Amino acid sequence: MLRILGKIQRIGIVTEPLPKIDEPALSEIGEQLKAGIGEQFGGSLAIREVDAGSCNGCELEIHALNNPYYGIERYGVHFVASPRHADLLLVTGPVSRHMEAALRRTYAATPEPRLVIAVGECGANGGEFGASYASCGAVANVIPVDAVIRGCPPTPLALMRGILEAIGKRSR
Amino acid sequence: MTPRDQLAAFLVRLADAGLQAEAQASPGLAPAQLILVRPEDWGRLGVEARAWGCRWVAGWGEELGAEGSESIRINACFEKAGAYLVARTAVPRATPVLASHTVSYPGADRPERHMRDMLGVVFSDHPDARRWTRHQAWKDSEFPLRRDFPAAGRPPAETPADHQYGFLLAQGSGVYEIPVGPVHAGIIEPGHFRFQAVGETVLKLEERLGYTHKGVEKIAEGRDAAGLARLAGRVSGDSTVAHAWAACMAMERAAGLEVPPRALWLRALMCERERVANHVGDVGAMLNDIAFAFGFYQFARLREEWQRISREAFGHRFMMDCVVPGGVAADLDQRFIAAMRDEAGVLRKQIARLMAIINDLPSVADRVRGAGVLTPEYAKALGCVGYVGRASGMDLDVRRDAPYPPYGQMKVKVPLHHYGDVNARARTRLEEIAASFDLIEALLAALPAGPVRSGWTHPADGAEGLGLVEGWRGEILSFVRFGADGRIARFFPRDPSWTTWPALELLIHDNIVPDFPVCNKSVNGSYSGSDL
Repeated sequence: MLRILGKIQRIGIVTEPLPKIDEPALSEIGEQLKAGIGEQFGGSLAIREVDAGSCNGCELEIHALNNPYYGIERYGVHFVASPRHADLLLVTGPVSRHMEAALRRTYAATPEPRLVIAVGECGANGGEFGASYASCGAVANVIPVDAVIRGCPPTPLALMRGILEAIGKRSR
Repeated sequence: MTPRDQLAAFLVRLADAGLQAEAQASPGLAPAQLILVRPEDWGRLGVEARAWGCRWVAGWGEELGAEGSESIRINACFEKAGAYLVARTAVPRATPVLASHTVSYPGADRPERHMRDMLGVVFSDHPDARRWTRHQAWKDSEFPLRRDFPAAGRPPAETPADHQYGFLLAQGSGVYEIPVGPVHAGIIEPGHFRFQAVGETVLKLEERLGYTHKGVEKIAEGRDAAGLARLAGRVSGDSTVAHAWAACMAMERAAGLEVPPRALWLRALMCERERVANHVGDVGAMLNDIAFAFGFYQFARLREEWQRISREAFGHRFMMDCVVPGGVAADLDQRFIAAMRDEAGVLRKQIARLMAIINDLPSVADRVRGAGVLTPEYAKALGCVGYVGRASGMDLDVRRDAPYPPYGQMKVKVPLHHYGDVNARARTRLEEIAASFDLIEALLAALPAGPVRSGWTHPADGAEGLGLVEGWRGEILSFVRFGADGRIARFFPRDPSWTTWPALELLIHDNIVPDFPVCNKSVNGSYSGSDL
């Protein structure tokens, strides 16, 4: 136990303040997000991630949002296990036809008002897979989409920015 | 015995058994040897190969021939002691019936059902008549890999859920069923698990996959080489380097193209970086699944730091689209050579310190030792590769046993364990991380100078190639055949997950339901890579 505490103390906090990364605009969006989440979601935004057929690349980066560097929970954003607990669906694609019914049901199970963000090139427009006998292509071809985060896969920063922007859009 | 002696001895054995097997030259498939077999001998080939001690690696088919004389060609790849063999036969399109290899090799079960669903080949004595890859997006009379099936298909306006799959049911008092998925509780890929349990104990687990089927094999058709490399890099996003490398290797062999040494060294460097990133992340995730948050966050931190260097050096956190036909997309800047060497040294120390803490905790040992045991017998029967196989006595690593450049010139340490539990898989992976650090240091020390890409030339119509790469999950096989104008006629990637998903069904037996997450993570099959 002592060694665990020692390690924790030596490493310290690696979580990065947002303005330090990439763009100065992030700090603004960060403030908006906190305000937006405070106002609209009682200070806590619950996200249900739905892999509707992705290659798992987007999932790795969504996972990274929870690592100590990005620590997205500090903005009141957390990932939940059921759509019934969710305010927002973060959907990666392309939507395979075999996942189409499951995605529709997940959407139906999410209480209103609900936000849907399509993640990645595939979620945005079908990406490398497009639409075919096996793929419906973009998420918007299956359920209504409020915002899109592009990238193959989008970096954790792009994901954070996209989530913040989606909230911002809604509050306007 | 060299691989070639092995093969000659096997051919003699086949002849003794009365099987006609004709060796045929196919430079693109080398180092694998091609043999042609009569369709009526197909089942016995499986029996003989098993008796000879071969592993069944993969099976795939394609429709060939002019109109009116169409046939379906079936391939099965075998391996013994690093020697690869591709057996090939053909059946008429109108009556595509063939004996199954599943009766000799349980690991051929799902691949053969995949061929049946996708190509309409009937494996007459296959023990399982249920569909596998097909859900409800196309009819049972349609076969997406047939040439008359358009890539766009004829899907219904809304594809219904696949609710009539015949799961096997356990009977008896107190037996209950837990259906899980396809949408899982975590941030993971979709698939369905059907547990039959008594109290906390799992009597039986049955997997139902295919949810992420994206038609990879079909939409590969007609692409150019660069387009195929991009698609291969998305067969399983966590293995983007390894899959792209395997596909490029297959295409380059088909084209007879020499890849510059520096490009090969850089590919290996990226592939080892990918292995380290995934193993580090998964060791942390395994600790998370036994509720040890400290370990999870520490390893997640290390993975993030590792990926940031990948991004700086190669321009992408996963090094996606960095392997291209003929070489690599961009050269490595000199300044990263020292940086990466230092980074490997630092990470090696950090992991050793963390493991010293973690190994000391009885509560960790209690959860991982004896949990999820895959016996060496089962691993062999299923032909498990990668760390899942190596934790259960399957001593195979393509980098060492069928080395492709640059690994032929390097010493590849291959860890081997026999207990086959979660602990053995975790240890195998930690030792593989250390082995990758050695390789990274050696690759950086001997990085050849020169160009990083050869000009691409279209291979002849009909040229075929086979790529074999040891990805972080294990052996990846990639088959490519070109059509006219340098366009792809057939692409078949065999992710190692095909061999390890069935193992999960066996190793979870008699474990408690709450241990499923850590057992599953210790295997970490790719859904996308096996659903295709």
